[in-house]
Amino acid sequence: MSASLSVRVASIETITPVIKQFTLASTGTPLPPFSPGSHIVVTLPIRERMCRNAYSLLGDPADNGLYHIAVRRQDASRGGSRYLHEEVKVGDRLTVSSPANLFLPSWEARHHLLIAGGIGMTPFMSYLHEFRRRGVSYELHCAFRDSATGDYRAWLEQQAGQRLYCYESERPDFTRLLAEKPLGTHVYVCGPDAMLQAVIAAARDLGWGSGRVHYEAFAGPQPGRPFVARLARSGGEIAVEGESSLLEALEAYGVEVPNLCRGGVCGQCRTVVVEGQVEHRDSFLDDSEKQRHRAIMPCVSRAQSDTLILDL
Amino acid sequence: MHLAPRDTQAFRGNFTYRNSRKAIERFPFPFPEDDYRYSVNIEPHRLPGPKGSVYEHMLDIDEHYLSETAERDMVLMQDPGRCLAMPHMEPACWDLVEFVMSCYAKDYPEHFSFERQGDECLWENRPLKIQQRFRFGDPASLPLPPMEYIGRQMQGDFALLDQRHGDLFMDAGVITSPADWSLAFDAGMSFKQWHGPVPLAHEMGVFERALKYLCAIQAGGPVRRLNWTMTIHPRMDSSPETYHEWGRDRTTITPDNVGKDVFLRVELQTLVRMPRSHALFFGIRTYLISLDDLVTNQVWARRLHRVLKGLPQALVDYKGLSRYRGTLVEWLSQYDDDVEPREYSSIGSTT
Ligand code: HEM
Ligand code: FES
Repeated sequence: MSASLSVRVASIETITPVIKQFTLASTGTPLPPFSPGSHIVVTLPIRERMCRNAYSLLGDPADNGLYHIAVRRQDASRGGSRYLHEEVKVGDRLTVSSPANLFLPSWEARHHLLIAGGIGMTPFMSYLHEFRRRGVSYELHCAFRDSATGDYRAWLEQQAGQRLYCYESERPDFTRLLAEKPLGTHVYVCGPDAMLQAVIAAARDLGWGSGRVHYEAFAGPQPGRPFVARLARSGGEIAVEGESSLLEALEAYGVEVPNLCRGGVCGQCRTVVVEGQVEHRDSFLDDSEKQRHRAIMPCVSRAQSDTLILDL
Repeated sequence: MHLAPRDTQAFRGNFTYRNSRKAIERFPFPFPEDDYRYSVNIEPHRLPGPKGSVYEHMLDIDEHYLSETAERDMVLMQDPGRCLAMPHMEPACWDLVEFVMSCYAKDYPEHFSFERQGDECLWENRPLKIQQRFRFGDPASLPLPPMEYIGRQMQGDFALLDQRHGDLFMDAGVITSPADWSLAFDAGMSFKQWHGPVPLAHEMGVFERALKYLCAIQAGGPVRRLNWTMTIHPRMDSSPETYHEWGRDRTTITPDNVGKDVFLRVELQTLVRMPRSHALFFGIRTYLISLDDLVTNQVWARRLHRVLKGLPQALVDYKGLSRYRGTLVEWLSQYDDDVEPREYSSIGSTT
């Protein structure tokens, strides 16, 4: 979909023992500008296959020239974050997608209520730059699992001042938070799935329209059970390893599936399932579609059954 | 590229608009088949497109640049309401300034140049004899509001759509050559609302699917589509506001003046995500060709005959062709020998 860019790792900073910040610079033509809430997809060569992870851009959208991403080392993950932490050095070349945005601020909101869990604060860092320029009303609530967010926390305090609320070990009371807000407030949440679900439920219970509730859901593909994908139209058979997503396995096999977010939110990769039970992990299909097992978002979802037959 | 001289009578009054041979050859003829039905005809705008074609560059400019910008000035003078930018679209307007200036300068360096050092910019539009220094993001540094400033130097209309709640809203634009619709009327409307008058397409699910696709367009992934209608005389400004000036022209068509007075009007629509504001740019470049010029291409002549003959009545009415379709089809039939061209013969026949 969007064009890919070649970038050079200009610097790597250790923010905490588990978070590193990578600054990426162009290798020729200037990097395209981006809007607050944008992400890029980084392609990493890991053991003969390509792993693609999405990361929010946390710099100032008005700055031309550099991209900044924060990578939290996920030990349970498929190796993308581990690769970035351990293998990538200053001066290395990486391939990244052009910025895409699935989490834009709703500028018509009277007040923006931002809720972040841990590394989920990164998309909001680009928001704050633009919020300051536009002088909009907002508040930011950050829940930290560990106090280890170091420099980012200091930066947020400096940017947001009184508007920053931090939670160390207790979880914010979402119902109370939302209930107090004036009409015309929009809520944005980015963090672990449990937090997303809790905020969405609180908003629903309070009667907030879904247009006022925004969430950045992509967690990237998580490992799972291996299974076999059979292609009904072209006749191929693909073994999908536990560490690889179905979309990656299809691409490695030479089957192009349109895709954008690679995180189960944009809907581009929707593929028809002819037979098999799907383990749905996306936020695009609605519940009734999920129950029918006739469609899958291969960027994140996998099979419950040993075999999945796809209309490809 | 050669630009024809500025002519204020090209699209009104004496209607002096003429296409060169080259303009006729590159005309974006919109019919891939003998049948025309609405569809989600959107495709990636892959650049550069074929050399010399209207798809070569992000924004096409042709020999009519000076006459069209002159026409734009006249329309805006009479009716400032053709230009609209709601206050929340200010960031999108600056995105547009940068987008247009850098595309024009990159693709037509003989006519335009754009230099930027930080926020300090220098823009040169040689055909219009403009040289402007300004500070990016500072409206006080330009003689007009940013969207109107660059909009008056663009060939073709455009709207800037704000995207929210998975929908698009017509919150800004400069529209001086609409095919019978009004920016002032559609201002603030959503995608399905402004498409309200279009027949058949809603029921076919065309707008449902198109909207989903458009909302997913990302920076760096522009798309395009063609749309078409017909106009009497090369009249760019066929807007509801001026209907009293052109509506009755439709009753004047006779077999003797079809070739000279009836124009096929094709819109090359480009959809581009604006990178910082996330607004969607919707560009409408309009190409006009007289039927006399069109029938110099036999394939086009035959195909247009078949398309118009088979066009559903609802589309004939919506496009305003009811009064003269009969005359038109009759006149075009002389270019259609009714022998099936070879490409249409059924597979397996042994003739
Ligand atoms: C967001 C960008 C778009 C804008 C601003 C736009 C605007 C318009 C407007 C103002 C009209 C005239 C409606 C009237 O009669 O008042 C129209 C007609 C129409 N639009 Fe769009 N449109 C857009 C995108 C699309 C797309 C992507 C499709 C794809 C199928 C489409 C299909 C049509 C069709 C079929 C008509 C009827 C045209 C005719 O038969 O002459 N539009 N559009
Ligand atoms: S790529 Fe976006 S949902 Fe799969």
